[in-house]
Amino acid sequence: MQIISDSVLLFRRHLDTTMKSKISILIGMVQPVLYLLLFGPMLEKALPDASGSNAWQMYVPGLLVQLGLFGAGYAGFNLIPDMRAGVIERMRVTPISRLALLLGRVMRDAVVMLIQAVMLTLVAVGFGLRAPLVGVVGSFVMVLALAISLASMSYLLALSLPTEYLFAPVVNTVALPLLLLSGILLPMTFAPGWLSVLSHFSPFRYIVDGMRDLFLGHYATRSVLEGAIVAGVLVVGSLALGTRKFVQANS
Amino acid sequence: MHTIRDAMIVFRDEVSASLRNRVGIAIGLVQPCVYLFLFGPLLTKALPSQGDNAWRMYIPGLLVQLALFTTAYAGFNLIPDMRSGYLERLRVTPASRLALLLGRVLRDLVLLTIQLLCILALGLAFGLRASLPGVLASAGYVLLLGISLASLSYMLALRLPLEYLFAPVLNGICLPLMLLSGILLPMTFAPGWLRGISDANPLRYAVDAMRDLFDGRFSTQPVAIGALVVMALAALSMRLSTRVFGQYNS
Amino acid sequence: MHSVQVQDLTKTYKTKNGLVEAVAGVSFDVAQGEIVGFLGQNGAGKTTTLRMLTTLLKPTSGSARVAGHDLSTDAQGVRRKIGYVAQSGGTSPAASGRSELVLQGRLYQMNQADAVRRADQLIQEFDLEDLADRPTVTLSGGQRRRLDIALGLTHRPDVLFLDEPSAALDPQSRSLLWEHVRKVRENYGTTVFLSTHYLDEADALCDRVLIIDKGRVVAEDSPENLKAQLGYDIVTIELATDADRAEAVLAQHPAVQEVKAQAQGLRLTVEHNDRVLLQFLRTLDEAGIEPLSIQVERPTLDDVFLSITNRSINLPGQQPMNV
Repeated sequence: MQIISDSVLLFRRHLDTTMKSKISILIGMVQPVLYLLLFGPMLEKALPDASGSNAWQMYVPGLLVQLGLFGAGYAGFNLIPDMRAGVIERMRVTPISRLALLLGRVMRDAVVMLIQAVMLTLVAVGFGLRAPLVGVVGSFVMVLALAISLASMSYLLALSLPTEYLFAPVVNTVALPLLLLSGILLPMTFAPGWLSVLSHFSPFRYIVDGMRDLFLGHYATRSVLEGAIVAGVLVVGSLALGTRKFVQANS
Repeated sequence: MHTIRDAMIVFRDEVSASLRNRVGIAIGLVQPCVYLFLFGPLLTKALPSQGDNAWRMYIPGLLVQLALFTTAYAGFNLIPDMRSGYLERLRVTPASRLALLLGRVLRDLVLLTIQLLCILALGLAFGLRASLPGVLASAGYVLLLGISLASLSYMLALRLPLEYLFAPVLNGICLPLMLLSGILLPMTFAPGWLRGISDANPLRYAVDAMRDLFDGRFSTQPVAIGALVVMALAALSMRLSTRVFGQYNS
Repeated sequence: MHSVQVQDLTKTYKTKNGLVEAVAGVSFDVAQGEIVGFLGQNGAGKTTTLRMLTTLLKPTSGSARVAGHDLSTDAQGVRRKIGYVAQSGGTSPAASGRSELVLQGRLYQMNQADAVRRADQLIQEFDLEDLADRPTVTLSGGQRRRLDIALGLTHRPDVLFLDEPSAALDPQSRSLLWEHVRKVRENYGTTVFLSTHYLDEADALCDRVLIIDKGRVVAEDSPENLKAQLGYDIVTIELATDADRAEAVLAQHPAVQEVKAQAQGLRLTVEHNDRVLLQFLRTLDEAGIEPLSIQVERPTLDDVFLSITNRSINLPGQQPMNV
């Protein structure tokens, strides 16, 4: 399959570039780690009777989703300089599969996100997180799904908005409500009726809820099922959209 | 005098450029509004003891957050102007170097004021009831913060004129400032070590002072300390950034 | 055998103010191994045409065959056979030239070992030995341009498209670059199709020039013939004495259109004729007049361009320097 070998080729190239500047992986982690360090301890107080003794089991899944939103969600940022430098165009003149141009990047983003998720979880363990390994691994699968869909949507947007100063605020404006509506900072159980209804329109709410159950060791719950379905639909839908746009723009 | 006239010229040019970019203004407003709509209601539940005061707690923090995310990112719009050579073009004119900075900061303050009024109006609709003189005084605090943050941001942009470096550095600075100012949750929830760190955050003093002002308490210690902090910060950051702007432009 | 055959190619864009015809219908052929230049001002439609021929842009109408493949039905076949060097290049600032060359080979389905070998070859061929392992952002304009062209040649394409190859290069880098382009054709028989708005570049490199203006090809010929179309040479004769007498005898020559006296001699407008100089010398000799020097100037492509489009274009020597 040429698509696969082309994708892997570009994946390796993009991963190389990312790994060469290890700093960029760390920079992507700054935001969630800061939230972990500076907001987590306050949350312990704000959620006195939430889910037994460990507020971290509530909070870390939310942080992982936040990591995805502000990491993979901004993936399009690294497409823009490549478009400006003509790298994308140079590749489009070659016989490489059009789809590989997207997949190679998305695969890189998924791997970077997984590394960051593992590191963030380890830091949280240091802070007092205790969660069953199976649940954590299950959550990581959801995180991967999230990264794939967010990254493809982000590239889709970058193709239509190829300037940083337009791209950044638009992503911010989309990502922030999604973040707040997912109950990442404070659980949506605190929300009044209208807000709770609204929050069900955020796909990330289902994923966070599913991951929270997984972190608590409850595997056969409705939330987990819903989260898995939403994650699956997101991946398929966003890849389909991203592919169409990439192939269109590049045909 | 020369500087003021030049600053006004730059200011008018920048304002008309900003007004043409209506999307930019709207987007700047979206973030605080989103917090107001989507986080405020959660907070009023998380702080049950505050009762009807919850909005009086939250809006001052939101205004500081507004200042932080509008003006601290102002340097972003300097970078394309540096790249396109626009700034150089102005530098070879006899216009005062200082005016190049002041004109921009002034523009940022105008945008901040517009956004501030919008947030207050929305807060009012949501149930905020606060002392009017207190709110006006708070606006003064926010504008002083805006001056400091905008000029520091331009200073940073001159030193780091690349978006992909500027953005993460700024995020790395602004986020702890926000989290440690008691904007999202009051710092009384924080364990001792965290509160100790937050004592070093100037924004925290502004938020505390503005909360007292919104309550209609004018002669408290936080109000006085807050006033000192925002004035000192404004003076210091103007001094620093004019020096860097002057150097860059010498 | 034609490498490129273009028939009535057009590109129309929709804008707020209605339709804009970027390319209003161009037709031309390029023979195998020819170097052909697309000459025109910014906005004349050069880059749009190039982007259509390199599969980057769908033509609104018209057809083309490139390197034996139909553009609209077999874009993939075209891609395998062509190399394209965009105006802005196309290298990642942080990547090294060597890694870009290897990647380029891999993009054309070479295996890793072949790609590495080919990269080494190109690095040598384009004198990049000392530069290949530096991030491309640190290369000078001329060095990066050489790398760009090496990238375009990685898979030994039949046709190489160059968009403004020497824009913004200093004169030395330009002539070095031209040398490389000529060698590519000499050594591999590669067809080269380039766009330029510099007349001296077209004059120096091209076997044939297509002049494009407002989306149409308005003239097409070799630089020599185009210049000959103007039909007149300028002959300057430097004389110490006897200027009046020289004017009188030369004015009777049938090729001479106009004679003007100058400070140091005569300036004649003459119908183009290779032997005219010899005849002038003989005429002067017979009259016992000895000129200090005698010089013929052919019209430049700039004169041609002006006479065809009635608009001026960048003069050679006026190109921006690399600062």
